[in-house]
Amino acid sequence: MSTTPFELVVAEHGSTVLRVCRAVLGPVDAEDAWSETFLAALRAYPRLRPNSNVEAWLVTIAHRKALDHVRASSRRPILTDTLPELAADEDRHASESGLWEALEALSLKQRQTIAYHYLAGMPYVQVARIVGGTEAAARRAAADGIAALRKTLPKGAFR
Amino acid sequence: MTNDRDLFATLPPVDDEVTHRLHRRLVDAANAAGLLDVAYRTLDTPVGTLLLAATPTGLVRVAYPSQDHDLVLEGLARDVSPRILRAPARLDGVAREIEEYFARRRRTFDVPLDLQLSHGFRRRVLAHLAEIRYGQTASYAAIAKAAGNPRAVRAAGSACASNPLPVVVPCHRVVRSDGTVGQYVGGVEAKQTLLALEATA
Repeated sequence: MSTTPFELVVAEHGSTVLRVCRAVLGPVDAEDAWSETFLAALRAYPRLRPNSNVEAWLVTIAHRKALDHVRASSRRPILTDTLPELAADEDRHASESGLWEALEALSLKQRQTIAYHYLAGMPYVQVARIVGGTEAAARRAAADGIAALRKTLPKGAFR
Repeated sequence: MTNDRDLFATLPPVDDEVTHRLHRRLVDAANAAGLLDVAYRTLDTPVGTLLLAATPTGLVRVAYPSQDHDLVLEGLARDVSPRILRAPARLDGVAREIEEYFARRRRTFDVPLDLQLSHGFRRRVLAHLAEIRYGQTASYAAIAKAAGNPRAVRAAGSACASNPLPVVVPCHRVVRSDGTVGQYVGGVEAKQTLLALEATA
């Protein structure tokens, strides 16, 4: 059993998991997925073995919760409908709307592999364990996704 | 691959507002699902910033800064449950009563207590501490006797030293038979402050 208070788990990994959820789902559904992820994690937490990779565990849960949202939103009007207003609210991050749209144009597997590798910092062998398939396939999906992002994103979005 | 990582530099930061909103939402959901095994908050008082922690049963822990709040929370994770969140609402009643106590507007605490961290003789000692009235003191020997073992004076002392609920369960009212203040879980200075507060009320 873990003896780290769950509050510290939220403080340490909360923002990474939110960034992952945003990259996979977009900003609208990300907070719902985050909340569902941490509630499920809190429920299972006493059974987590000591010395587990807590972030990988959380990302694995977030992966499943995000999938639920993807399935649900395939039955709803698509995400882009709500994006222009949201981006207009935040001048500070005006350029990010380009990134959201570019991410949304990728395949789900590309978004997942990119989020888990680049935002959660997981090696591809671990990414493959979460998304299924081989390590090479996960690496290829992320590389294809990155190439597509570079092509579609306005130049100003790069730093 | 640093360049590729820079692609995501334009993602909005996870700022404090988002963090707080999500945290509040998690606390509410945890509470509703019966998963908030331990809620905690801190409270600034004349004897320092106290850590207050409660289970659904009641107040389970009060800790002084000198006891290291991080270590105390780790202990709660081990001894009670690791499902611990900073969730002040459950402790509003306790916090209000402690504030009233320090403002000399309250002499006894009415909040439900969870004594699961104390066992056997120590727990019997705690039960008798509540009988020492506000502004009064008792000796370690008297407490040992009241708890059913007159020779266990040292054990009565260590029961006070390990009191999981100082201030609320008044171990500060137990002094040495020679009239000196004796030791205290929150330090001698804190004990003197509490005794002086009650004496002048």
